[in-house]
Amino acid sequence: MSQSLSWNRKDLIDVEPLSREEIETIFTAATAFKKAMEADDKKQPYLNGRTVVNLFLEPSTRTRLAFEVAASRLSADTITVTGDVSSLTKGETLRDTAQNMAALKADMIIMRHSASGAPNYLSKVVDIPVINAGDGSHAHPTQALLDAFTLLEKFGTLDGKHVTILGDILFSRVARSNIICLQKLGAKVTIAGPSTLVPKEFEAMGATVCHDLKKALKDADAVMLLRIQHERQASTHFPSLGEYTSMFGLNMKRAAWLKPDAIIMHPGPINRGVEIDSELADSNRSVILQQVTNGIVVRMAILHLCHCHHRSIPIELPT
Amino acid sequence: MSNILWIQGGRVIDPANNRDSVSDVFAIDGKLVGSLNEAQKAEATQVDASGLVVAPGLVDIHVHFRYPGQTHKEDISSGTKAAAAGGFTSVVCMPNTSPVCDNAGTIQRIMDEVRRKAVIKVYPTGCLTLGMQGEHLAPTGQLKNAGVVAMTDDGQCVQNNEIMRRAVEYAKMFDLIIMDHCQDASLTKGAVMNEGEWSLRLGLRGWPKAAEDIIVARNVILAEITGAHIHMQHVSSSASVDILRRAKERGVPVSGEASPHHIEFTDAKLADYDTGFKMNPPLRTDADREALIQGLCDGTLDCIATDHAPHTPTEKDCEFDYAPFGIIGLENSLASNLGTLYHSKRLSLNEVIALMTHKGAELCKLDAGTLSDGAPADICLFDPDESWTVDADKFFSKSRNCPWHGQTLKGKVKATFVNGKQIFDGQSITA
Repeated sequence: MSQSLSWNRKDLIDVEPLSREEIETIFTAATAFKKAMEADDKKQPYLNGRTVVNLFLEPSTRTRLAFEVAASRLSADTITVTGDVSSLTKGETLRDTAQNMAALKADMIIMRHSASGAPNYLSKVVDIPVINAGDGSHAHPTQALLDAFTLLEKFGTLDGKHVTILGDILFSRVARSNIICLQKLGAKVTIAGPSTLVPKEFEAMGATVCHDLKKALKDADAVMLLRIQHERQASTHFPSLGEYTSMFGLNMKRAAWLKPDAIIMHPGPINRGVEIDSELADSNRSVILQQVTNGIVVRMAILHLCHCHHRSIPIELPT
Repeated sequence: MSNILWIQGGRVIDPANNRDSVSDVFAIDGKLVGSLNEAQKAEATQVDASGLVVAPGLVDIHVHFRYPGQTHKEDISSGTKAAAAGGFTSVVCMPNTSPVCDNAGTIQRIMDEVRRKAVIKVYPTGCLTLGMQGEHLAPTGQLKNAGVVAMTDDGQCVQNNEIMRRAVEYAKMFDLIIMDHCQDASLTKGAVMNEGEWSLRLGLRGWPKAAEDIIVARNVILAEITGAHIHMQHVSSSASVDILRRAKERGVPVSGEASPHHIEFTDAKLADYDTGFKMNPPLRTDADREALIQGLCDGTLDCIATDHAPHTPTEKDCEFDYAPFGIIGLENSLASNLGTLYHSKRLSLNEVIALMTHKGAELCKLDAGTLSDGAPADICLFDPDESWTVDADKFFSKSRNCPWHGQTLKGKVKATFVNGKQIFDGQSITA
């Protein structure tokens, strides 16, 4: 199997440039890591001696932990730098921060940044691999890939499947990356939520825009909920959380509009009682925790592939 | 002993005087004259312009020369040299300096520096409101006496309609044009690019065209009730062109300018988060670009102005959200506009030259932009067909934030004269 894998990128900035074959390569590697993990063979040697910097300039818990776990399971040394302790608060530029890390002989930078396009910029500043852990409202490629991986585990294929993304689409990097990634794999994507957070211009990206929740849910094989991101919104985009919940929150009654075998996903962190009823989040329709577990193996795959390409070494996988 | 200039055998294009012929241009002691006698000819400095266009020195009514206070970006010397290399002989500077131009003393300071350092003519503008804060009127009369040619809070559009109404009403008494940067700030909080498909794709905060359209419409209404002339700076939106067109049909005293970048580029240029294309107002869509060109063609938009806005490479070298707005364009404006309008066969050479000379000069009542007898001998010689590649690293400007960098353009400035004296020879500043 290892001979058949090929990967020609040092960075993962966005899902957009990836071909379906490249996405499937990531999933092949992720599947191998998952099998090994399930066989209790958690630690892999592929990044032994390498230093991975987690540069998290915007608060994050889940993604940062998942990357830290992924890197350490590949035997890398990991250093996490967060926005509040970095020199950026002392006026250092991102260029200088990144070049210092490269000078400290870091082998890879994983970055979370509040400014869209920051990883595109970073990848031009340093020669080492740059992995985007979420930039502004732009992209969150590893989240979209782990979501697609989770859907594939459930359905076998995404060809012809309907996925509805519900919530704050406008400010969501997760939504953007999922709209792109899911369509590359053959799924049909509907985006739903209040008109101020789901502008019709998204149709240019191939998604169907729908503000009628019942319509948006009835054909869905999976519904992906997004957190209402209070911190990104001026008070202008919708009246209140209460209004949101009453119009677009997913509860047991509305979940009945879904097909019986449809699944519920959420990238986290979830706000119980806001976008999703507590009961529903814990129900057997929910794959929220599987997403978290898959987040580790998909990220292991990405770190491994980019590292192999950067070092020009053959891609080996656990057998 | 007089200082006599004789430019020979060029295609002389002087749109203000409907002149377009292969002929000679003469000047004595800095003023254009209709002819020279034999004795004067013998004494004249002769310039062979055969194969070149001889046009009035170009006029730009919207530049930022950053003096005083931000001279790491540009100063009067570097800015006017950049202008000279672009064929410009008269420019109007915006007042968002540090301190801002809301008092006669700052204008005096700029005029002093211009006398010492400028190689072309520089006209200052005054702030509409104190500190460009949009709250209290600036001393318009004193600013006019100090030498301003227009009033504007460029970059800080006055949001309060009562203040704007009184500001334009008051400025009218002094026969000063008001130039407005049309932007409703409540619609553009945190915005960094045009709102549309590209802002959605890139996840950048969108800047709706409505933010411009609303203020253009407001200004039309205020110009109509006050009779004051309001000029819309760097119009970028198709709807704004339409509002202006209809206002002009009714005879409302309004005008508008287009910038070279807005008529050439669209927001698709931001696909890779290049801060070199980040400016205010932002690049719009192809439909807007086309509407602006149409506006220039039918006279809805009166002139072209660069909004030359220098920022250092360091300032632009960062995340897109954090980069300052603005680009420079003086050194390639003529070539860019020739490409967008003339080589593309949208306008004649005469029309493009008009948009870059007397049209803007008339708005600000500058003694510039024509080759009339008795006018200052401010002249630009250029080859409309010569190709060259823009290399911002070789600019006379202190800054490099030029979105045309690396692009090959057609139209090269070969010489620039101010008051009959050559200040640029196609390569070097000779002043």
